[in-house]
Amino acid sequence: MSDTQAVSAEKPTFYLTEEHHPENSTMLGFWIYLMSDCLMFAVLFATYAVLGRSYAAGPSPADLFDLQLVAINTAMLLFSSITYGFAMLRMEKGDKGGTLGWLVLTLLFGLAFLGIELYEFHHLIHEGAGPQRSAFLSAFFTLVGTHGLHVTFGSIWLVTLMVQVSKYGLIEANRRRLMCLSMFWHFLDVVWIGVFSLVYLIGVLG
Amino acid sequence: MFTNTNLMEFIFGRLSWDSLAFTHEPIILVTFLGVCVGGIAVLGALTYFRLWGYLWKEWFTSVDHKKIGIMYVILSLIMLLRGFADALMMRTQQAIAFGANEGYLPPHHYDQVFTAHGVIMIFFFAMPIVTGVMNFVVPLQIGARDVSFPFLNNFSFWMTAAGAVIIMLSLFVGEFARTGWLAYPPLSGADYSPGVGVDYYIWGLQVAGVGTTLSGINLIATIVKMRAPGMTMMKMPIFTWTSLCTNVLIVASFPILTATLVLLTLDRYVGTNFFTNDLGGNPMMYVNLIWIWGHPEVYILILPAFGIFSEIVSTFSGKRLFGYASMVYATVVITILSYLVWLHHFFTMGSGASVNAFFGITTMIISIPTGAKMFNWLFTMYRGRIRYEVPMYWTIGFMVTFVIGGMTGVMLAVPPADFVLHNSLFLIAHFHNVIIGGVVFGLLAGVNFWFPKAFGYKLDPFWGKMSFWFWLVGFYFAFMPLYVLGLMGVTRRVNHFEDPSLQIWFVIAAFGAVLIALGIGSFIIQLVVSFFKREELRDTTGDPWNARTLEWSTSSPPPEYNFAFTPVVHDHDSWYDMKKRGYVRPLEGFKPIHMPKNTGTGVILSALSVGFAFGMIWYMWWLAALSFLAILVVSIAHTFNYKRDYYIPAETVVATEAARTKQLAEQA
Repeated sequence: MSDTQAVSAEKPTFYLTEEHHPENSTMLGFWIYLMSDCLMFAVLFATYAVLGRSYAAGPSPADLFDLQLVAINTAMLLFSSITYGFAMLRMEKGDKGGTLGWLVLTLLFGLAFLGIELYEFHHLIHEGAGPQRSAFLSAFFTLVGTHGLHVTFGSIWLVTLMVQVSKYGLIEANRRRLMCLSMFWHFLDVVWIGVFSLVYLIGVLG
Repeated sequence: MFTNTNLMEFIFGRLSWDSLAFTHEPIILVTFLGVCVGGIAVLGALTYFRLWGYLWKEWFTSVDHKKIGIMYVILSLIMLLRGFADALMMRTQQAIAFGANEGYLPPHHYDQVFTAHGVIMIFFFAMPIVTGVMNFVVPLQIGARDVSFPFLNNFSFWMTAAGAVIIMLSLFVGEFARTGWLAYPPLSGADYSPGVGVDYYIWGLQVAGVGTTLSGINLIATIVKMRAPGMTMMKMPIFTWTSLCTNVLIVASFPILTATLVLLTLDRYVGTNFFTNDLGGNPMMYVNLIWIWGHPEVYILILPAFGIFSEIVSTFSGKRLFGYASMVYATVVITILSYLVWLHHFFTMGSGASVNAFFGITTMIISIPTGAKMFNWLFTMYRGRIRYEVPMYWTIGFMVTFVIGGMTGVMLAVPPADFVLHNSLFLIAHFHNVIIGGVVFGLLAGVNFWFPKAFGYKLDPFWGKMSFWFWLVGFYFAFMPLYVLGLMGVTRRVNHFEDPSLQIWFVIAAFGAVLIALGIGSFIIQLVVSFFKREELRDTTGDPWNARTLEWSTSSPPPEYNFAFTPVVHDHDSWYDMKKRGYVRPLEGFKPIHMPKNTGTGVILSALSVGFAFGMIWYMWWLAALSFLAILVVSIAHTFNYKRDYYIPAETVVATEAARTKQLAEQA
């Protein structure tokens, strides 16, 4: 779609004599993938909206959620997004060491987030509020757990990319991959904001 | 340490000697022996003719969109035979099982047969053949050399094939779901379906669904980014338009299916309460969710068929498509509306009059853009020079049949009428009327139309017409009786009847199924006869139908790189435009062409996915865990390969193009 020539009706050009290089589709493709992933979260959010009050005479959000812990957790994830942003800025400057440094920090924040989430899950299950207890808890664990799984895979991906950047440098393919993971990471942030508001805050409000 | 039983249970999960269905079911034993003999014959032949290396190098690992498209179509045709065998079994059972005669299929087997029929026909016949044709045709139509993500394309195909393998395994190892093709809970929950049937269903669809979603993303990116210079959106061929809309629907609906099946999986494996009857679960939520995917799904199937008919009508009428712009808008409107009608699948759920009225009206509105399309095709034919080639037969057969199916659809869209017809054979007749009359006819038209492009020779017209007439007449015999029975109140999914007055209708329907079997047989004969007559049917021009879009501007079959030079587009029937305005094929100035490299990663990942699914289905946790780990490792290792492309040297291009020049000269 790049170079449409102005052609007169009498002497049309029907082919390009030079090699045609269409724009790289990776960013568009990845965006579409993220939107499809977003739909999966939409289903889980909708499920939570429908089942979120089906406590089956079991515990309710107000009984279970520790907002302080969730606030710390949210901070971890948001910080990891900021540090990823800094990594991308270093990448733009072509600073491999700086990029890797910020990525390590991102990973640490990500792992902290996962650690706190696992602690929360463990605590809930220990209290008898596991995913089998009620439809509300099924929906809660699935929504939050799916987000956590995404962060886990994002972390594996992050480690892979760190190895690749340190091995091959900030070559074009790696920059594109960092860009994709960046979109993925920020996307998880946006989803978490939805989880934080709709599940935790509104839940505790009752 | 482990006792003997513990160890066995650890290794084999719930798999035991008794799970092998052919050990106690004579019908399955015969099928199994047939498959074994056939399979050994095929494998033996491949080994004898030393074809394994060729298949692996030229096909299995290929990232060429044309070869992947062809593999999709082959997969779908194999699965059509399986799905149709199920159909014949059901028709036979219902034709004989009256009064004292119990027929030959007991309920637990009959229920598996109708579930497998639906699942296979939709997910493993219709979906792969649609995806295959889109894969083959779209890049050629937009003047591209491949899709946006060629490896992903190969991977998608192999995931679809893996899903098919998982479903086929259930025939011999264990059992299939007895729930109907959408596996509604609570019937499909752990309490009422404790066996492996529903698990086969879930994992088969999940694995194939990965492929479908990724191929949807791939084709959208391809159509948006890879079009030839000058091809603006409103100059795209109409089949490319319908493919774009179909893939948007795929990407916007398959994730919903995936998520819904994940919830069902959790209910079955973890003991959550999404769709259970107690502890706050809500089974009707599953029905809502699955149809939010399910209704767009039927448009995923029919839109490409509409695109195929549009290309065929305009080619064989020798005219520009009537109302191109209105066709595009109609397609887009259908795409959007398909998301606003899902509730008509369960008017009887009790959502209340207002909700039912809303969904009834949106459903009826869909018939407006569809009707507009019908008139566009009619007006394209009007005053055209119509050539009655085989694809045109299918098109006209479609136009008559689909209108009938559409009208019964509008009847079902009226909520009060639906309360009477819900779950009856009337519904079965309706959706077969639109799926056979629309999707199947469309894809068979498309196969006849594009076959010479794919293989370099036309399909034999005599056997093509035989196939058409058997299908068409067979369809009416098979499904018109079901409309009658449905109006009389006969419900679906029943394997035995008491009222002998109904039997005649089922016998007529069974006769229709036999005619359709002859139609399928004729199609196979058509393929074989055409292969032997291929020199006679050879297409040396690359444009056997005097057609209008870019895929016909290159040779049949096209070279690996599709186009030696990227075409420049000025009009929406760009090849017709080129022919009319004196396009001269370039003979020199060829350059090396940049192409993607083949890779075996897709095949490996797909095989591991089968292992993973099998482990999950049979509770062989070690197998599932190992396979999953291996999937991760292979995927990560694949990303360490940065050298994914190569150049076809200019000399090869020169030689290929010179051969074509010679062929064209001989023909002139």
